[in-house]
Amino acid sequence: MYDMNRPEKAVSQTETKISARKVQVYYGDKHALKDVDVDILDKTVTAFIGPSGCGKSTFLRCINRMNDTIPIARVEGQILLDNEDVYDRRVDPVQLRAKVGMVFQKPNPFPKSIYDNVAYGPRIHGLARNRAELDGIVEKALRGAALWNEVKDRLSEPGTGLSGGQQQRLCIARAVATSPEVLLMDEPCSALDPIATAQVEELIEELRSQFSVVIVTHSMQQAARVSQKTAFFHLGNLVEYGDTDDIFTRPRDSRTEAYISGRIG
Amino acid sequence: MTDMPLSSSAALPDRKPASLLEQDARTKARNAAEKRFRLYGVAAIAISMIALVVLLATILTGGAGAFRQTYLNIPVTLDAAVLDPKGNRDPAEMAKVLTLSYGRVLDAAVEATVARHGIQIEGLTEKDIDGLISKEASAQVRDRVLANPDLVGQTVEFDVLTGGRIDGYFKGRVTMESAERDSNTSPQQLLLAQELADRGEMVTRFNWNFLTNADASDQRPEAAGVGVAILGSFYMMLVVLALAVPIGIAASIYLEEFAPKNRITDIIEVNISNLAAVPSIVFGILGLAAFINFAGLPQSAPIVGGLVLTLMTLPRIIIPTRAALKAVPPSIRDAALGVGASKMQSVFHHVLPLATPGILTGVILGLAQALGETAPLLLIGMVAFIRDHPDGLPGGLFDPASALPVQVYNWTQRSDPAFIERASGAIIVLLIFLLCMNVLAIWLRRKFERRW
Repeated sequence: MYDMNRPEKAVSQTETKISARKVQVYYGDKHALKDVDVDILDKTVTAFIGPSGCGKSTFLRCINRMNDTIPIARVEGQILLDNEDVYDRRVDPVQLRAKVGMVFQKPNPFPKSIYDNVAYGPRIHGLARNRAELDGIVEKALRGAALWNEVKDRLSEPGTGLSGGQQQRLCIARAVATSPEVLLMDEPCSALDPIATAQVEELIEELRSQFSVVIVTHSMQQAARVSQKTAFFHLGNLVEYGDTDDIFTRPRDSRTEAYISGRIG
Repeated sequence: MTDMPLSSSAALPDRKPASLLEQDARTKARNAAEKRFRLYGVAAIAISMIALVVLLATILTGGAGAFRQTYLNIPVTLDAAVLDPKGNRDPAEMAKVLTLSYGRVLDAAVEATVARHGIQIEGLTEKDIDGLISKEASAQVRDRVLANPDLVGQTVEFDVLTGGRIDGYFKGRVTMESAERDSNTSPQQLLLAQELADRGEMVTRFNWNFLTNADASDQRPEAAGVGVAILGSFYMMLVVLALAVPIGIAASIYLEEFAPKNRITDIIEVNISNLAAVPSIVFGILGLAAFINFAGLPQSAPIVGGLVLTLMTLPRIIIPTRAALKAVPPSIRDAALGVGASKMQSVFHHVLPLATPGILTGVILGLAQALGETAPLLLIGMVAFIRDHPDGLPGGLFDPASALPVQVYNWTQRSDPAFIERASGAIIVLLIFLLCMNVLAIWLRRKFERRW
């Protein structure tokens, strides 16, 4: 069932980009994430799958400390990005988020022009010294998000006027424009139609050459299509983590097998 | 367990087959209820519209007269012997001549005009003739002579104010019947006025002085204007704008976006809501105690009024501003934080621009409320009789002034019906200002409104 059109899933990279150890997340009294240990490789697509409420998005948002914005959330344990603990007291989450970009479930372009959407990150991080450089960054990011050809003649039009799929690719371009090292995607295709989904998935495959991509998805087919590594979460536990091929064809845990065959979740 | 399907099927209601083309009793009842509800709604709107129309009609018909004023055009011989007894045209010396002397000069001028036209009316007394013009007229002439002493000795044409009763006669407020019973006028005087008007000497025309003059005493409603009140209200609005708006918006942004959600901020939040509900007169007592008795600021001054109104307006700005900030979708904040914007950058680059229309609307409506506020101003002495215009800024903030709503209140207390007309006129001025502010609020909202 999952072996249609699948590219070669061999993981060529062995360098660890993110390494999580004993990560616990509490929302008030609720223990939402328990003892998560995972090593995410560089230049690899890692998919997080699991039923709703299993903690996969929570873990994703721990990596760039977006959980800091939730007052009742508390994170324990260690998440190392290039061997530096992102929860170290000396880390400024703003600097971290420039390195770890994020794409959200619902396309959320700023109500500004397409150009300004993409240029916003480079502007606030001072990545361009002049207008020409900024133009270059914007074009490169939009090309990287496979959106350039569709919007190059209307960069000054509002980003919110694009179609859903275009908006999501604009958000990817916005995240790419700050030259992150890791790109986190929280169900990036859940609000998109199949054609837009296919475009975004193609894009993910291309983005892998530049950085590590972590994607949360509800669609197991999508996980199978785009990722080289897959982690299965269930009730706040990381149940199984391994090569995507192995997870979908030879799951070791009975819960993983039950989920991918559609019996739980 | 086994009898579950049985009992559930038994619980299903027994529905008779019915035609869709016919309404059953329940549907009819529901439709009737809906129809009734719509009727109540229409009735409610109709009642409020009627109330509004009646209110506006009353004020407009009552107040329109304040914008027109009757003047008598007479040549006045400025007798040097009376107005400049020393004969040296020295303004300092001439300033010693009081309005009483000018009154005599004017009386002579009016009598001469009546005689020149050869108007004969039976029972017309000298008092009637002299009473044609306002007591304010002598001050009017004196001001002009002191400003230009060379006029003395010449015969100069003056447009002098007519008395309140005469003015009222041309506006329909005073009639022959009411003049019979009035000790301040007589039918003969009104006839004389009519004759003069027929000869084109007495005209009723647009009254700019109503918008610029200060208040006048009880005997001269014709000279009273809202100039001081407009200036006072304007100065107070400047104070409120300069204090309440930045403080209110800064407080809202901090509370909504930055402050931790804990017991202390909860208490602050509840207190802000409560403050918005505190009767405004309480703020007046607070202002009296804090700004006048404790801080020693002058009474009746726009600065004190502005400070009191600032206190009153703050919660009314904070509440809509917070609501506008809250209405910005959280996805925008996430998006900004996600590309590495700091909290402050996300607020000032993205959240605030999106909340601007809501904030502006709240601010302007808060200001409009402050503009119409009367009660707290009574307590800090702004109800006093103020004859002089306050200075320009910034010194004028400390000079005594009135305020539009207080001026309305003040005039409705006076006995002469001419003041009721003035009060209605002041209400029209106030309403025009409020209307302008609301239009501005709507225009700003449209201008800054964006979809996301």
